[in-house]
Amino acid sequence: MSKVLMKGNEAVGAAAIAAGCRYFFGYPITPQSEVPEYLSRELPKVGGVFVQAESEVAAINMVYGAAGAGGRVLTSSSSPGIALKQEGISYLAGAELPCVIVDMMRGGPGLGSIQPSQTDYFLATRGGGNGDYRLLVLAPSDVQELVDLIMLGFDLADEYRSPVMVLGDGMIGQMMEPVEFKEDLKREAPEKPWATTGTKGQRKPNIINSLYLEAELLEEHNIHLQEKYAKMREKEVRVETYNIENADLVFAAYGTTARIVKTAISKLEEEGYKVGLIRPITLFPYPYDTFKNINPNCKGVLTVEMNAGQMIDDVKIAVEGKIPTYFYGRTGGMVPGPAEIADKAREILGGVR
Amino acid sequence: MDERIIIAGFGGQGVMAIGQMLTYAGMIEGRKVSWLPSYGPEMRGGTANCNVIISDKPVGSPLVEEATSVIVLNKPSLDKFEGNVVKGGNLFINTSLIDRKSTRDDINVYYIPANDIATELGNPKVTNMVMLGAYLEVTKVVSIESIYEAFGKVFGETKMHLLPINKEAIERGAKLAREQIKVEA
Amino acid sequence: MAVIFQKTRGLTDVPTHYCPGCTHGIIHRLVAECLEELGVLDDAIGVAPVGCSVMAYKYFNCDMHEAAHGRAPAVATGIKRVRPDNFVFTYQGDGDLASIGTAEIVHAAHRGEKISTIFVNNAIYGMTGGQMAPTTLVGQKTTTSPYGRDKETQGSPIRMSELLATIEGAVFVERVAVDTPANIRKAKKAIKECFQVQIDKKGFGIVEVLSTCPTNWGLTPPEALKWLQKNLMPYYPLGNFRRPEEVK
Repeated sequence: MSKVLMKGNEAVGAAAIAAGCRYFFGYPITPQSEVPEYLSRELPKVGGVFVQAESEVAAINMVYGAAGAGGRVLTSSSSPGIALKQEGISYLAGAELPCVIVDMMRGGPGLGSIQPSQTDYFLATRGGGNGDYRLLVLAPSDVQELVDLIMLGFDLADEYRSPVMVLGDGMIGQMMEPVEFKEDLKREAPEKPWATTGTKGQRKPNIINSLYLEAELLEEHNIHLQEKYAKMREKEVRVETYNIENADLVFAAYGTTARIVKTAISKLEEEGYKVGLIRPITLFPYPYDTFKNINPNCKGVLTVEMNAGQMIDDVKIAVEGKIPTYFYGRTGGMVPGPAEIADKAREILGGVR
Repeated sequence: MDERIIIAGFGGQGVMAIGQMLTYAGMIEGRKVSWLPSYGPEMRGGTANCNVIISDKPVGSPLVEEATSVIVLNKPSLDKFEGNVVKGGNLFINTSLIDRKSTRDDINVYYIPANDIATELGNPKVTNMVMLGAYLEVTKVVSIESIYEAFGKVFGETKMHLLPINKEAIERGAKLAREQIKVEA
Repeated sequence: MAVIFQKTRGLTDVPTHYCPGCTHGIIHRLVAECLEELGVLDDAIGVAPVGCSVMAYKYFNCDMHEAAHGRAPAVATGIKRVRPDNFVFTYQGDGDLASIGTAEIVHAAHRGEKISTIFVNNAIYGMTGGQMAPTTLVGQKTTTSPYGRDKETQGSPIRMSELLATIEGAVFVERVAVDTPANIRKAKKAIKECFQVQIDKKGFGIVEVLSTCPTNWGLTPPEALKWLQKNLMPYYPLGNFRRPEEVK
């Protein structure tokens, strides 16, 4: 299939339809409104359903209903709306329902701004709702990867019976890049014998539930969930690395920030610096082990984020105190430029080339 | 090739559209491309701009800070982005709406009365195409054929009947730029 | 041996957790009987609320979802949009529907979702121990209105059926009570008619059922029924507020 130029938000919708998603429930919010706009236009053409809910809270609970009834279902929002969805996300995790949730992050806290940001890292990776749960969190850095991860996300959601979050930002949502829909990514959704379809008088009722009033049963359920998360940690880590064995300084960055860091890396290399990059593609599970391959004489790991320092907590866990860690971030919707990132790197390297 | 472009003007002047046409044309010619818009309330009546990258290398940052070319359709945009042109780069100024000259002497500046030409052609909406024509003539980043192909992609096949007037606007812009290109001794 | 009477197939054999004298049991049975008699039990997908009937998913003999507090109509919307040929109903109390879930019920009605809602109104929060509900009467003492509900600061009780009947998409709205055998028969008739509206794909339907809470009202079951008649019925008049033929 040939390439088309698409806006990130529209690519989300196109990828979802290509992945067999036929149900979308959402509420408009900048900078992701092109997702519901696109799907309101395109889903009816393929026999799908688009519902503009009365709120993000209602939308995620519609997702809970639709996923429980066996539908391949998507919702999307941006930071303040994702905060509202936390109730339903916790229920989805508890009831083990598959769905894909897209968060095109914007500046916060509160109403914040509508400009690109990465302030929902904690919310996404630590479970923003109540209870001990995790989401599979995928972080694309360009529009093609956004498409690929949306499609993969639906498969992973079904495989693990877990909500999957695709964590983008206003920049990837709004920008246009060439994309290609790779047919081989499409897989058949598995049978869902647990879904509510009506008993037809032929089986016992299926119950979609996260309530376990007996502590023993709830602990058992939690142990089961943790085993599932352990399996994700073992099998689903995805990461891009560049030159980490030889670098004097390794960057850690994800999403759109990582591509800005790549431009900074080109500048630094032209000046003779040896720098590398770890770009986590899955934020949960986090690629902790990758940091073990960093040049042991490296002067530090510089985490760059569009926030005040969130992923750096995982970087610190990963380096186990063996390598100094540094941070550079911009907040409020300010996007760091390659020049300022390179400046910070030069400061740490102190002339080491 | 590593062309990094900022296109800026009022919302409604079509700066986003010519950015998309350049991006599409770049893609058609097999380059790595990206298009990044400013977004938000500023789109309605305020200033709008987009960053376009057309390159032989994968696009890192889609943000353009050091622009090889800047196209400005109104005065606030000139004030804001004049400083972003790299030394030796190009600045295209819509003199119909901008009454000052560039203060830079280390770049190539082209003065194009784009609104006047568009009005002359009978359609003020093609102002952006006049600027695009000037830009293409100077930089030759993509071929004019690719731009015409991109027109249908950006505006939809139903708008192809408008291609002739847009072509005319592009050619007029190109002609003006050609007259201003400095002949190196 | 000839079978004269048997329990409806619409209920499981799980003993309910409801307090003695609580009318939830009667309402469960009416809902289950209607599902069975209309032939939709095997296609039914129910949504249980948060509140006293939180464990309704164990009692109805059909596929069930347990929803977050107040969100049952949103959950039912999701189910119905995926399975338009199944019968989808919610079973909600007054805290769930009339307080935390007002947005969800109003907008499910407003979209004309083809679902049916059973709304059990006993003017108090039972599950959490007798706190004030939006439907608590003025002057009624609860654990969070210990001096009696004060109209000045806590407002007047909300009449959900009347409110929902103003919404175009709500094509069946009726208030019933389960205080006497005669009213129980009327309640069943209303529930059946409400369910038929969904089967006929006409729109959203709701039956509000005035119910008792002897435990938290501090009354014996017979006293509770009398209290319902004397206090709830005058404020919440029984009757039909909307039928499909009245909808333009």
